[in-house]
Amino acid sequence: MPDRHSQTKSKYTVDRQIPGAFEGETVTRRRFMVGTTHVAGAVAMSAIALPALGFALGPIFESKEENWQAVGSPDSFPDDEYIPQVIVETEGIGVIGETTVYMRRRNPEIDKEPEDEYNQVLAISTRCMHLGCPVRYIAASERFICPCHGGVYDFRGGVAGGPPVRPLDRFYTRIRNGQVEVGPRFSVNSEMRRFSPRLPGEPLDGIGQYLYPSRPGQRKLPNT
Amino acid sequence: MAPKIKLPKPPLPPSFQPKPPPPGATQQASPVETAKEAGISAVDWIDERTSLSGGARWMMFRKVPKGTNWFYTLGSAAMFAFLNQAITGVFLAMYYRPSANEAYESARHITNDVFLGEFVRGMHKWGSTVMVILVFLHMARTFFFGAYKYPRELNWVIGVILLVLTIVMSLTGYLLPFDQRSYWATIVAMNINGTGPLVGPYLSDFLMGGSEFNATTLSRFYSIHMLLVPGLIGALIGAHLYLVAKLGTTAPPWMKAEGPRELSEREA
Repeated sequence: MPDRHSQTKSKYTVDRQIPGAFEGETVTRRRFMVGTTHVAGAVAMSAIALPALGFALGPIFESKEENWQAVGSPDSFPDDEYIPQVIVETEGIGVIGETTVYMRRRNPEIDKEPEDEYNQVLAISTRCMHLGCPVRYIAASERFICPCHGGVYDFRGGVAGGPPVRPLDRFYTRIRNGQVEVGPRFSVNSEMRRFSPRLPGEPLDGIGQYLYPSRPGQRKLPNT
Repeated sequence: MAPKIKLPKPPLPPSFQPKPPPPGATQQASPVETAKEAGISAVDWIDERTSLSGGARWMMFRKVPKGTNWFYTLGSAAMFAFLNQAITGVFLAMYYRPSANEAYESARHITNDVFLGEFVRGMHKWGSTVMVILVFLHMARTFFFGAYKYPRELNWVIGVILLVLTIVMSLTGYLLPFDQRSYWATIVAMNINGTGPLVGPYLSDFLMGGSEFNATTLSRFYSIHMLLVPGLIGALIGAHLYLVAKLGTTAPPWMKAEGPRELSEREA
């Protein structure tokens, strides 16, 4: 007759002192219940937290609607001087949604970037690429000047001095029905290559375009 | 011990003798006495059911080291600055409207039209500056007195989080008047945010609720300013105070030389 007290005890039975724990079982009922409660709690918490998080993060992934605004006929813009135009960049927030853009016709002697349907007329953003203050075009010196920290841009919007990290942003333009229309914003690097819009202060030369990725909510037009 | 001898009562006529209370009747207190005791009995009633008095005693009647001075009040001062912000903020929220088209007008309405509005808004505005200054002074006191050392490192860490949250409050609150200054300050702040590599652009998107400053940015800042961060600050102040009470305060550094010997003599 085998002696039940001399049976080798299973190494899996951790909670054998608990009443009702069977020799050899790997998961006691107490352990199972504790685990079930924790899992149920985690499910309940995520059911609350995940939708809330998605709700807060949602706007990041919403893409901005493409909006084209007519500003005048192509002949009203010279190719050696800028004309300021006010466009609405963000709807629904009154005057602060408006922004000034400086516009001129493309001048092939100065503008060396490849010509396409979106740059027959150039629209230069007034957002300084240092920290976003509004720049002003000074005709006498043919420079864009930022009042905040002394950023200076040359006639094409390239950095001429001060803290800015890249040339002034631009807006797509197209000519429809004899009218120049100003469209979405894009950013440029020092060679005036188009990039998806970046915030000011984010360089686009070299490693910059990878360190400061484009955001899902705002992209440049495809194939431009 | 000698047996007690019971003396006979003085010869008073029975009608003048004080009447003992009938068996079973309790002593009736006079209305004045009841009124006097009302506060105590109310507190007793609560304490009997919660045992809060022990915790209150633990929190308030602590031993403080020799040399404790006015610099040790900076933490409480910062907390009261926060309470000032919380209270005035709640009342400002009764009149403020966090929409891009109405915010400036409602802030102007608070300042110019509402009774005492200018005062309450001023309390909130200047109180925020006072709070930031007090938080920094409190941190400087902790640093220069070496009060961040073992076993108080965790309290220092909580304090650092509180400092960051205070600055988040300053940042988000600055936008709310929605005038030119606050708008451009926020634009600049968001762009500084964006210069953080890799996560910067996404963080800015999260704060602005989109890739540009837009209609939801203001209400987002408002919600962060009056719900999210104050809740976190309140909870962390609780943890901060608990650790202060648990660990006690440090003596100023100049008390250290004579401190230990005196203590050991008394112990011996």
